[in-house]
Amino acid sequence: MRFIFKTKYSQDINIAKHNGDRFWYSLLILIMVALPLVLDDFYLGEISYICILSIAGIGLMILSGYTGLASLGHAAFLGVGAYTHAFLLTNGIPFYASIPIVIIVSFLVGAAIGIPILRLTGMYLAIATLALGFIAEHVFIKWEHFTGGNRGLPVPQPEFLGMSFYDSVFFYYVCLVFLIAAMFAAINILRSPTGRAFVAIRDSEIAAQSLGVNLGLYKALSFAISGAFTGLAGALLAHYIGYLAPDIFNIFLSLTLLLLIVVGGMGSLHGTVFGAIFVGFLPQLIAICRDYLPSSIGSQPGLEPMLFGLILVFFILYEPLGIYGRWMKIKLFFELFPTYKRQTFKKQKVFTKSDRV
Amino acid sequence: MSLFEVKNITVAFGGVKALNDVSFGVDKGEIFTIIGPNGAGKSTLFNVISRIYEPSKGEIYFENQNISKTKPHNISKLGIARTFQNLELFENATVLQNLLLGRHIYKRTNILSEVFFTPSARKQEHEYRLKVEEVIDFLDLQHYRDTLINGLPYGVRKNVELARALCTDPKLLLLDEPSSGLTNEETIDLGFWIKDIQSLLGITIIMIEHDMSFVNKVSDRILALNYGKILASGLPEEIKNNADVKQAYMGE
Repeated sequence: MRFIFKTKYSQDINIAKHNGDRFWYSLLILIMVALPLVLDDFYLGEISYICILSIAGIGLMILSGYTGLASLGHAAFLGVGAYTHAFLLTNGIPFYASIPIVIIVSFLVGAAIGIPILRLTGMYLAIATLALGFIAEHVFIKWEHFTGGNRGLPVPQPEFLGMSFYDSVFFYYVCLVFLIAAMFAAINILRSPTGRAFVAIRDSEIAAQSLGVNLGLYKALSFAISGAFTGLAGALLAHYIGYLAPDIFNIFLSLTLLLLIVVGGMGSLHGTVFGAIFVGFLPQLIAICRDYLPSSIGSQPGLEPMLFGLILVFFILYEPLGIYGRWMKIKLFFELFPTYKRQTFKKQKVFTKSDRV
Repeated sequence: MSLFEVKNITVAFGGVKALNDVSFGVDKGEIFTIIGPNGAGKSTLFNVISRIYEPSKGEIYFENQNISKTKPHNISKLGIARTFQNLELFENATVLQNLLLGRHIYKRTNILSEVFFTPSARKQEHEYRLKVEEVIDFLDLQHYRDTLINGLPYGVRKNVELARALCTDPKLLLLDEPSSGLTNEETIDLGFWIKDIQSLLGITIIMIEHDMSFVNKVSDRILALNYGKILASGLPEEIKNNADVKQAYMGE
């Protein structure tokens, strides 16, 4: 077991808590950088997609995992990001200028939607965001000048830094850099007063308010930040897909994002990456399994959504903290070995919570 | 003039008047206790002060400023902090994070400086932490800094909530049943702390409390409520011997 002797407040503020952290995360980044040496284009493409999903996951995690606001329509923000980016590129704006504009546009769209919608809570908010997803899909179909409607919109693949986005190694590095940047941005927000205010709203709105947190403002801010991250992911997704059609940003994509954060682990940024790996590789895994199943089951069209749903239910029932939660438990098991007690993670019953103030 | 004044506050939920024409004033540096049987309107009064409930009538003055129309999230900026009867801690955060939230009203950073965690954001965190550490020392919470609230015993949680309120550097502290659920020793400690908050930190305290021996020990003045009306108010000795108060608690 590691005991950290703290002599400075900075040790609690810094991102890396000890040299072990520094070593392992540097190693991870090194491995990620070296991956193109060993993997072929197909797997690089898959991993780029996982990076994109992770960025979108960070967005939804900040909203749902940290601020406690459900969203069933987050594909809308992916769409906003993707279409804005494709539109800007089509009009000759270079990549490096387009990305900041996409982030700002998605931030503003998030704020504009967030301010009215966040007067709702719980189930009603979930339904409203579900509606948001459908409305966005329709807007993408009808606003033909901007989106090309059902005909779709080809995404230009301009040169950036003298490289082409068709080059899967280059695209992989772009996604990786954005994922790392997004991760740092998210960590920074969460270790600042704003991030703490989000957590406060999640755990007790009334106490947050009495400590001076402006509920309306911070909920809208959370929605906007979440939108900005997801919009960025959308811009990268546009490059990944190459041709935008409105039905890409459907309810199923929103649910995939939800599955991502639940499976990864609510309330942890590690969880977004774990979840993205999971939902990114799951379709491949299912495709491989199809070959081994009897054809009556293997060729059923609804197999994938059904498995997604089942997995979501199993995680909510048996591992509410997701893959990251399980990882923490395994880590603790080895840290405490052989004195680990099963009871450590039994949730203590709380009798003090009530609706009364 | 009093530091804090409630003037003719009435709160009606439908036909029920939870508070009926209640007026009182609290002087600077005082420990003012509100007592009364269940349903007397004590917590309603606190919720009116922290602007969670809208009063049907009446005004509240703090430092000669009418706060009856202030937004709920601005109350703490004026220097009024509170605790809750049933604990409203941020359960899935550590004690330290809970206390740091107490400094939220002093936030100077904006979202951009936070995203990049600029030196000014870092400096602000250090300042927050310095103040939080003062409160941690004051309330003996050193052991629990990095513990999640989920894993804390009830007595410590109560303490953390008091600490969080103190972190806002308030002028007026509202304590909703601070001793409920505490052991005898913890209640005795709490008594010392409340006295210290008054004398060392110079904070005025309004407290709702049921434990009469505790009330008599710490309070400077007491207000007794029943069915939303003021029964009596005065020094602890006077309240103890007041016929109306005896009747409200013990019947005829």
